[in-house]
Amino acid sequence: MKTLSINGENFPIEAQDDMPLLWAIRDIVGLTGTKFGCGISQCGACSVLIDGNLSKSCSIPVAFAAGKEIFTIEGSSENLEFLRDAWNEGNVPQCGYCQSGQLIAATALLDQTEQPTDEDIDAAMSGNICRCGTYSRIKKAIHKAVELKSNRHE
Amino acid sequence: MNKIQNLSRRSFVKVFGLASGGILLGCTASGNKKAFIPIVTDENSFTPNLFINIQKDGNITLIASRSEMGQGIRTSLASAIADEMEADWKYISVSQATGDEKYGNQNTDGSRSVRTMLEPMRKMGATAKKMLITAAANKWQVSENDCIAVNHHVINTNSEEKIFFGDLVEAAAGLEIPDAKNIALKETKDFNYIGKTLKSVDLKDFTHGTAIYGIDKRIPNMKFAAIARCPVTFGSVKSFDSTTSKSIAGVEKIFSMDRMVPPTGKFFGMLGGVAVIANNTWAAFQGKENLEIEWDLGANRDYTTQSYNQKISDRLESNGKLVPGSRGNVATAFDDSYQMIEATYHIPHLVHAPMEVPNATAWFQGDSCEVWAPVQDPQTVRSEIAHFFNLEIEKVTVHVTFLGGGFGRKSKSDFVVEAVAVSKEINAPVQVVWTREDDIRHSFYHSTCTQHIKGSLDKNGQVTGWLHRVAFPSIVSSFKPLSDYASGFELGQGFINNPYQIPNFRFENAKAEAQIRIGWMRSVIHIHSGFGINSFVDELAAKAGKDPLAFHLDLLGKDQVEKGKSDFPFESRRLKNVLTTVTQKANWGKKLPEGHGLGFAVHYSFYSYVATVVEVSTNDDKIKVENIWTAIDCGLVLNKDNVINQLEGAAIFGMSLTMFGKITTEEGAIVQSNYHDYPMTRMKDTPNIDITVIDNMETAPTGVGEPGVPLIAPAICNAIFKATGKRIRSLPLADHGLV
Repeated sequence: MKTLSINGENFPIEAQDDMPLLWAIRDIVGLTGTKFGCGISQCGACSVLIDGNLSKSCSIPVAFAAGKEIFTIEGSSENLEFLRDAWNEGNVPQCGYCQSGQLIAATALLDQTEQPTDEDIDAAMSGNICRCGTYSRIKKAIHKAVELKSNRHE
Repeated sequence: MNKIQNLSRRSFVKVFGLASGGILLGCTASGNKKAFIPIVTDENSFTPNLFINIQKDGNITLIASRSEMGQGIRTSLASAIADEMEADWKYISVSQATGDEKYGNQNTDGSRSVRTMLEPMRKMGATAKKMLITAAANKWQVSENDCIAVNHHVINTNSEEKIFFGDLVEAAAGLEIPDAKNIALKETKDFNYIGKTLKSVDLKDFTHGTAIYGIDKRIPNMKFAAIARCPVTFGSVKSFDSTTSKSIAGVEKIFSMDRMVPPTGKFFGMLGGVAVIANNTWAAFQGKENLEIEWDLGANRDYTTQSYNQKISDRLESNGKLVPGSRGNVATAFDDSYQMIEATYHIPHLVHAPMEVPNATAWFQGDSCEVWAPVQDPQTVRSEIAHFFNLEIEKVTVHVTFLGGGFGRKSKSDFVVEAVAVSKEINAPVQVVWTREDDIRHSFYHSTCTQHIKGSLDKNGQVTGWLHRVAFPSIVSSFKPLSDYASGFELGQGFINNPYQIPNFRFENAKAEAQIRIGWMRSVIHIHSGFGINSFVDELAAKAGKDPLAFHLDLLGKDQVEKGKSDFPFESRRLKNVLTTVTQKANWGKKLPEGHGLGFAVHYSFYSYVATVVEVSTNDDKIKVENIWTAIDCGLVLNKDNVINQLEGAAIFGMSLTMFGKITTEEGAIVQSNYHDYPMTRMKDTPNIDITVIDNMETAPTGVGEPGVPLIAPAICNAIFKATGKRIRSLPLADHGLV
């Protein structure tokens, strides 16, 4: 028996140690917002935060994540909410499938860097594939989220 | 929706009583535009396929019959109804129809949903508005002429009293349906939503992880399954050893499945293989990985793309089959020419690789079956399940989930048939999930295509003759084995109907056998025709010593309208207009920094007119795409921001295939397997993208999802020629060391 702490809630689960965290979250805990895309850490659809660090959950054994703070798209944080607002404002998604991972990666970026440059965004977001090709909107929305946040705090 | 009320023989809309007290309006629309006329029918034969449900709380739900895969169709269709109704957007929601003939043609492909459904949607909205106005006029005892609908209310223009739509629903539900001839559609200038920017109705779900895609479907006690399929297409299982797999925790059952062969002319069948059933996806994947299978590889084991491509190129050296549509005498034109050039272009097989892998959840229950799946064509799925499992079609229910991308892959039913076969075998609900490796290696591939073009110029640099030889394995081969030549519908995608006014034109098609499953991928054959033709015109311009823009416009000739068989005539003026517009935007002819180059392409597809300019830069022999400008004329625009989003996405989709796109085979097996060896364009590679949507609101709407893709590869390659003097005639650029 292991316990996963996801978005502040504890989930006791039965899972093999080497099961990737992604499948424990999706199939055992039952939170399906975190997506499967490639299984080899190439596309970022499965992005989550583990103790605040951006992680590809398809390639992290569940045993490693047990006992740590896991944050998924079902969660809420100040930066994620600003990003959601900016995603809405920019009408970012097309099919939407990769956007959970994109939003989590963007949250990790804003958690680390208050005012990212285009280059910072390129570096932080290039681990996430969007087959629909919404990258320009994602980039604009990240800048927008920063703007919304600074307006709110003024 | 059990009882039809208020029948009017002259109306095309019908009202259904609802137990909840709301109104359900339904109308009939088919893929055939001519069938949109008010349908005279009786109660028994009336089968509406578009619905709006208006509730007493004012909420309006549209039932969407087309699949949502990122093209924004749910939002676009809703906007047309909301606009004509004068509804407030915040009361609009969309629910997804199951796969059923009653919804008309639900096949979501060919960039045609808006093209065929706009008019009935608008009429539905206008009819609903008329009924709400009548209900209000009756209540106030005033003339309908004194009432107008504004922002979810009906207003009495004399007294300025107003009533909320929801408060009129009960009274409106009892009214006779207005005569179709009394239904006036709004004028373009009065649109509130059509042509404007509307947010997706699904945004909140997309940003909270709550949109349910196929892979997210959960049913109590469901199992998860993975299937090992033969590396060579249509190979079969000889024997297998599952000892290791069975020892994996969570693995419950392992069995082999035979291929299901589709009848000639329709359906997709399934490949067969060895299925591993488990209580979670990961265990199923692991069970599959650890199987030891001996395959009978079958006839396609000799398919190696490298030697195949050589064989096809050799065939193009000599005459192919003459295709109707040729004109003049190319041989004479060549004899009389001042200059001749020829070139061979090649694009490898490609694969869709949507972010959500193929998957389906099925529950086979003896004489009935229910599935939940991300499918573009739910009716074919339904018919196919009925066919293969010997069920009455009414006993098959296909729920359409969100699609995590489709691009044509999810038009095919094979992954759903597999899930039903597994559910039948284990007598339980099951979700079959493909790994990414399964997706890359067992798809319906975009055909590899080689084309050889020969052209002649006279002394003035005018093109006098054009000989075009093309070979690619046909999509038809997936429905009719031994279809070794291209079909008319494929050659009609930009090849034989190229827009240039060349007096002598000859088109030939050479044989190309299919040895993997061939399917359609976003933009289909236009990817080939757009690449070959735009590249060759650029080469002709260079040979003639002319600026490609002037040369291209000259070749498009004087304004002309070609009626053709469809409702959408081809107008060369519109094609020239997008080219002129986009080259102005890109400041064509401007002085560029050292190592930069501009190139363009222009292409007509899915009845839309598109032109793209690309700016590239070179650094250490590597190419970077700096800017992409695209202009589209797609007639009336429903949701402008969605059109822009689609064209931005098409630029990235086109870049991925230009830079990296390549599927190869060795001895019948696909070599690539995942995003590391079938790479995609990423954020760091993304150029500035500028989209211009031509204002043409009085013309019927045409395709948007696909038409932006075919231009990207030729525009990039023409820009590379400008920047470096090097002609790229085969894709991807990675093969040339440019990426």
